[in-house]
Amino acid sequence: MLKNRIIPCLDVKNGRVVKGINFVELKDAGDPVEQAKIYSEGGADEICFLDITASNENRETIIDIVRKTAKECFVPLTVGGGVRTIQNITDLLLAGADKVSINTAAVKNVDFVKDASKKFGSQCIVVAIDAKKVLEGKWEVFTHGGRNKTGIDAVEFTKQAEANGAGEILLTSMDKDGTKSGYDVDLLKTITESTNIPVIASGGVGTLDHLYDGIVKGGASAVLAASIFHYGEYKIKDAKEYLNSKNVSVRL
Amino acid sequence: MNVTIVDYQSGNISSVINSFTEVAKGKVKLEVTSDIEKIKSSDKIVLPGQGSFKSCVDSLNSINGLVDTLKEFAITKEKPLLGICVGLQMFADIGYEEAETKGLGWIPGKVSKIDNQNGKFKLPHIGWNEIEIQKESKIFKDVKNKSHMYFVHSYEFIPEDKSVISATTDYSSKIVCSVERNNLFGTQFHPEKSDKNGLKIIDNFINI
Repeated sequence: MLKNRIIPCLDVKNGRVVKGINFVELKDAGDPVEQAKIYSEGGADEICFLDITASNENRETIIDIVRKTAKECFVPLTVGGGVRTIQNITDLLLAGADKVSINTAAVKNVDFVKDASKKFGSQCIVVAIDAKKVLEGKWEVFTHGGRNKTGIDAVEFTKQAEANGAGEILLTSMDKDGTKSGYDVDLLKTITESTNIPVIASGGVGTLDHLYDGIVKGGASAVLAASIFHYGEYKIKDAKEYLNSKNVSVRL
Repeated sequence: MNVTIVDYQSGNISSVINSFTEVAKGKVKLEVTSDIEKIKSSDKIVLPGQGSFKSCVDSLNSINGLVDTLKEFAITKEKPLLGICVGLQMFADIGYEEAETKGLGWIPGKVSKIDNQNGKFKLPHIGWNEIEIQKESKIFKDVKNKSHMYFVHSYEFIPEDKSVISATTDYSSKIVCSVERNNLFGTQFHPEKSDKNGLKIIDNFINI
């Protein structure tokens, strides 16, 4: 039976982890490679890096981090943030990433996802959707970290991404992100029911119960979380044991 | 000993290189190449494959003499070869991804899309699933039955001769996820991304 995945996400800025874990055993708490290793050894099903580096000059640093991490972590590695060109994808994959997540560029240029999945295969193309509620039962796609409204319906965009060859959807609720009040389960349910590709839930996790809701109520195939793992509130193992105790199948 | 990872522009093989490098450390010499002479003189071959069945077959065929060299190595001389993901699928006679495409024809059978039972099962089949070992296999030495492996695929290999199946996994139906015939090995899952269990399989292959 296919297991539900738990994916810790590390926000990286100029080569440093922004929201870091304060583990005592870490020599350098801001080193993304060390943190990825801890997650991997702790049973993370995948590792996700989100590069939030603003300037183009520092883009090389994420490549270097991916290269170092891929040599030590033997679970899938997804990298997102600033993926805009085929060359960006080539660079990340050559450095050792297994998947890339495409956000703004997927909205700006509808052919980009199609070209990328054709060239690299659907297995490594994740389309990241930042959605915000506009009406009851209706969500819109936002870009640039939730700053720009696009007028595009989230359900329509999901279907288009699937048709263009995306292998997965990484769905973040902009209303919930950072609130620690749980995923937007209605949004998740709406999206998972309208697509045949796996959906990764993101945005809003504050407790282990929220992970349960994302999988069981929202229908997500995987749950992504940042802060509950970063600050050491819970370990990956705690999350897995909790879900397992509630009959959600996970890789133990 | 020389182990060669065939680099035929089949998509992203960085992870395969990384995990084999980790396991091979100090034990064997690892080459990543499409050079025919180097492939001929190696002791073991790894045939990765990402993207579609058609694109992988086309890439293999675009390198002059590669298909014949691989066949001589794996079939005529029966030296150890491990196909991973589409690398395994290409053992089949025929594949139906993108367009009907002739495979290598090393193990009779076909590669078809997984039946998602009218949307009941999401495709691609992505993530960690348990393998059910069907027969004793050199590459499963010290790997427990029901170990988790990482999968990402939408198509499955259906061999005619079921005796080649060394493991299956449960997703919509019993999917063939590992085959073995003499020294020919293939895994549908990605040992290079399957954590310690995956590295053990790579180690087993290197130690055959």
